[in-house]
Amino acid sequence: MNDINSPHSMGTTIIGVPYAGDVILGADSRTSTGLYAANRDSDKITQLTDNVYLCRSGSAADSQIVSDYVRHFLHQHMMQLGQPATVKVAANLIRLLSYSNKNMLQTGLIVGGWDKYEGGKIYGIPLGGTIVEQPFAIGGSGSTYFYGFFDQEWKDGMTKDEAEKLVVKAVSLAIARDGASGGVVRTVIINSEDVTRNFYPGDTLPLWHEELAPQNSLLDILSSASPEPMVS
Amino acid sequence: MSSIGTGYDLSVTTFSPDGRVFQIEYAAKAVDNSGTVVGIKCKDGIVIGVEKLIASKMMLPGSNRRIHSVHRHSGMGVAGLAADGRQIVARAKSEAHNYENTYGEPIPIKELADRVASYVHLCTLYWWLRPFGSGVILGGYDRDGPQLYMVEPSGVSYRYFGAAIGKGRQAAKTEIEKLKLSDMTCRQGVIEVAKIIYGVHDEAKDKTFELEMSWVCDESNRQHQKVPEALLEEAKEAAKAALEEMDAD
Repeated sequence: MNDINSPHSMGTTIIGVPYAGDVILGADSRTSTGLYAANRDSDKITQLTDNVYLCRSGSAADSQIVSDYVRHFLHQHMMQLGQPATVKVAANLIRLLSYSNKNMLQTGLIVGGWDKYEGGKIYGIPLGGTIVEQPFAIGGSGSTYFYGFFDQEWKDGMTKDEAEKLVVKAVSLAIARDGASGGVVRTVIINSEDVTRNFYPGDTLPLWHEELAPQNSLLDILSSASPEPMVS
Repeated sequence: MSSIGTGYDLSVTTFSPDGRVFQIEYAAKAVDNSGTVVGIKCKDGIVIGVEKLIASKMMLPGSNRRIHSVHRHSGMGVAGLAADGRQIVARAKSEAHNYENTYGEPIPIKELADRVASYVHLCTLYWWLRPFGSGVILGGYDRDGPQLYMVEPSGVSYRYFGAAIGKGRQAAKTEIEKLKLSDMTCRQGVIEVAKIIYGVHDEAKDKTFELEMSWVCDESNRQHQKVPEALLEEAKEAAKAALEEMDAD
């Protein structure tokens, strides 16, 4: 059942949301091989340049190799141009690789960043290699569980706190339902000045319907007042 | 500053004892002897004008264009050997096209100028290639605003507020320096360029000429295009009137 020889896949939940000219990216942290969580603490939000980051989903190897190539090309491009890369250029380089190698790759990506011409921008590059500039992007297996939630809750012109709360809530909803997503929630906030990384451990996330609170020890449950510990 | 480089001027891969490559300097002479090309950067765009010397009365007006669009947002005026200039334009179009296919955005004008200059320079490095006998004035409007570059046969490229190459470049540069470019719109710039070109044209020595002008500015929606007929006519009239005033003095 646990096929430890399966390729590492990041079932994943990834989100990118621009707000007020800046951008926030969010992701879970589970990398699975079959049913085993090979890494429960992954960082799926990787840096391409100082101002552009990438959320990776799908095959871990495929998304890593694509991000490594693009980081290299972007760096060369920046040296030639003499100024920071734009988010659009980063996204385009990603999709050229994704599209040209579509038969071999299985990776859905969200590019997010800030540049001086367009401000904060998000580009979704799903399987197959289309490039879509979107007001927000969600991806990964876990994202299917909050399409409706996001459609309802996302609005234009959110503040930083509203956007971050939305992202964390959505990822935690996906973690609750998607077996391939789990662990912690990581967010990266990119604006004109700097990049901030935030970390939300599993026990700080809200509990959703029918989720059980984490318990320290079975003994605590047994000695608690309630005779039926497994009923919430 | 002309001198004969006897013995050291037979190949582009030979330096003279005083550190000059004569073949490149001779290539530049081909540009110096051609019809004047003028480019100016106004506050809202670029204007390029060419004194197109007409070789024969049999030629159709509007043929043998000297100004070419490189991309939606940029164009270049060429001076010197026409066929060489066509190659440079072809290369520039190709670079602009490839850049956009790879990076998903129109090529920044600075990058385009760098690439054209590298290409022109490339042809000065090998004995089996000759240098381009043409220089170009490249103007474009990208997200950093309007920019004007000039590329010489040596492969050198600089950014300018105003530039001129060809026969009348000295006189043209003097006239350009008198202009207050930062306050001028392209509409006004078109009139000024026409005046300059009519002014530097030598009636006595040269055959008749046709004025060719293009612009890329806010008014043209940041697209490189020929200056509209009506404005071109207005510019020609103003230039002729200015000439008569000068003659009348």
